[in-house]
Amino acid sequence: MQSVIQYITSYLGSNQTPGAAGNLFWVFVYIMLVFGGLSVAVIAMNWLERKILAHMQVRLGPMRVGPHGLLQPIADALKLLLKEDLIPADADRVIFWAAPFMVVLAAFTVFVVVPFGPTHAITDMNIGILFMLGVSSLSVLGIVMAGWASNSHYPLIGALRSSAQMVSYEVAMGMAVVSVILMTSLNAAGTGTLSMIGIVQAQLAQHEWFIFKFFPLGLIAFFIFAVAMVAETNRAPFDLAEAESELTAGFHTEYSGFRWSLFFLAEYSAMIAVSSIAVTLWLGGWLRPFPNMLAGAGWEQFFSFIPGTSFLFLAALCFYSTARMPKHPYFRIQTIGLAGFGAVLGLVGLILFIPPVRAWVQDIFWFSAKVAGFMYLYIWYRGTFPRYRFDQLMKMGWKVLLPMGLGILILTAGVALYQQNLWHP
Amino acid sequence: MAPVATPFFFYLLSALMLAGGILVITRKNPVHSALALITTLLAQAAIYLMLYAPFVAGVQIILYAGGIMVLFLFVIMLVSIDRSIKERQFNSQWLIGVVAATALGGLFIAVYTKGTDLFPGQATLAAAEGDNTQRLASLLYGQYMFSFEIASLLLLVAIIGAVVMAKKRI
Repeated sequence: MQSVIQYITSYLGSNQTPGAAGNLFWVFVYIMLVFGGLSVAVIAMNWLERKILAHMQVRLGPMRVGPHGLLQPIADALKLLLKEDLIPADADRVIFWAAPFMVVLAAFTVFVVVPFGPTHAITDMNIGILFMLGVSSLSVLGIVMAGWASNSHYPLIGALRSSAQMVSYEVAMGMAVVSVILMTSLNAAGTGTLSMIGIVQAQLAQHEWFIFKFFPLGLIAFFIFAVAMVAETNRAPFDLAEAESELTAGFHTEYSGFRWSLFFLAEYSAMIAVSSIAVTLWLGGWLRPFPNMLAGAGWEQFFSFIPGTSFLFLAALCFYSTARMPKHPYFRIQTIGLAGFGAVLGLVGLILFIPPVRAWVQDIFWFSAKVAGFMYLYIWYRGTFPRYRFDQLMKMGWKVLLPMGLGILILTAGVALYQQNLWHP
Repeated sequence: MAPVATPFFFYLLSALMLAGGILVITRKNPVHSALALITTLLAQAAIYLMLYAPFVAGVQIILYAGGIMVLFLFVIMLVSIDRSIKERQFNSQWLIGVVAATALGGLFIAVYTKGTDLFPGQATLAAAEGDNTQRLASLLYGQYMFSFEIASLLLLVAIIGAVVMAKKRI
């Protein structure tokens, strides 16, 4: 018993990720935390997407289930779990069964290396970014399997479209990523890194987010990645794989109930995964704004109050809406529910003000806030851009983004060599 | 940290690879064969990881499992599978197959028995774990630059050949 407790507490003082420290208990705890956090994020995304899209189109969105439709995702999840789980008669049963697992596995395994903070990652590999790109490229296999195993025309066409799209955009994405890896090598030793934590630390050491590095080269690389990542996750305006007007629902047309919800889960967690790659590579990962310029105890104090304050702000919004709820007795339960939700948010905000929690949650808050920005962008794109045609999509990938990526790569390499005094034209 | 490269994992992964390989050549349905091949390739990537070659493992996953096999599946899915399943399976080149397999097996046995003389020692293995990628890069772009460039030239020829064959008018 004593040795078990010692094994658990031995990690607490270390400044490594649990994976690097080799402490299985904390690895397990971190996996559970990441998995739970992701599931909550997907549920929140489901509600936010409907609400924000609705407001962009001057609608109200879900309003009935819970105050402002807050319980709608839970109602939907229940509906999906209770639905009949159909397998088409002519489907290839084994592959039909395995495809959703493949997609979910690829989408969740990626989070093993996502750095929520200098020590808040499940583990740190020295091939981190390569691992992320590789494992997320496995989700194409799941999509192809799902489309083929359904033994139906629309899913097959959807799967062909989405795999062609994902394979083509991976190339441009890779070019943008490699230019960032070149930037990490700009130190005294001249050695770059592929580790996700190493990339953020390189940005801290160079006093610059890589989006602003070698202006405008970093910005263009970021732009290429930002376009390619929307195409990678098959989201609007590149959602040809599931174009409702042409293909019903694309590769998951024949899926229902729990299996369909697995595809849904995988899509949203893949969106979070690529956004966290973009945040780590270009936007400084877990670093707060201006970690070097606004250094010092005073600024440290100021920035550590922001997580709690933002939760208190959300709570205040909830209370404001509570006050504006209709006074009719019919709405009484909803009003109480909304006030309760506001109280929970406020309580979370107050907990975030406790000094040890405040220090611990800093990195995670900034990382999540940046990722949340990308999630909002995804919804915004969906609300504004019309869908591309398939030939336009391919032209964009191969004839615009790929040459641009190659050019950026060569230019970045040139400037990096020049800065390190290895090359004088 | 205790190494995970225990014999148990090696045998597990090898068994997976062999099972996948056997399934590739015995399944009648080409899609099933392709999926079995993917299993084999992934197990192979895991074995690279056990050998402290994470970069090679990552590239194996990206290129083979994520890229090439997707294109394989892509082509196979467009073929009418119902007809190909009903066709009789035949093997008219078994003699060449046996010769090739024997030669490859002989090579493996030779390397296994005399490998210590042929390859440099394992002194660099432990050190290479941390900066594996850098070491690989300096070898590829330093010592073996010429062979690396020749390999890439070969790929270029293949790409140009594919374009020439696919396009009627260039």
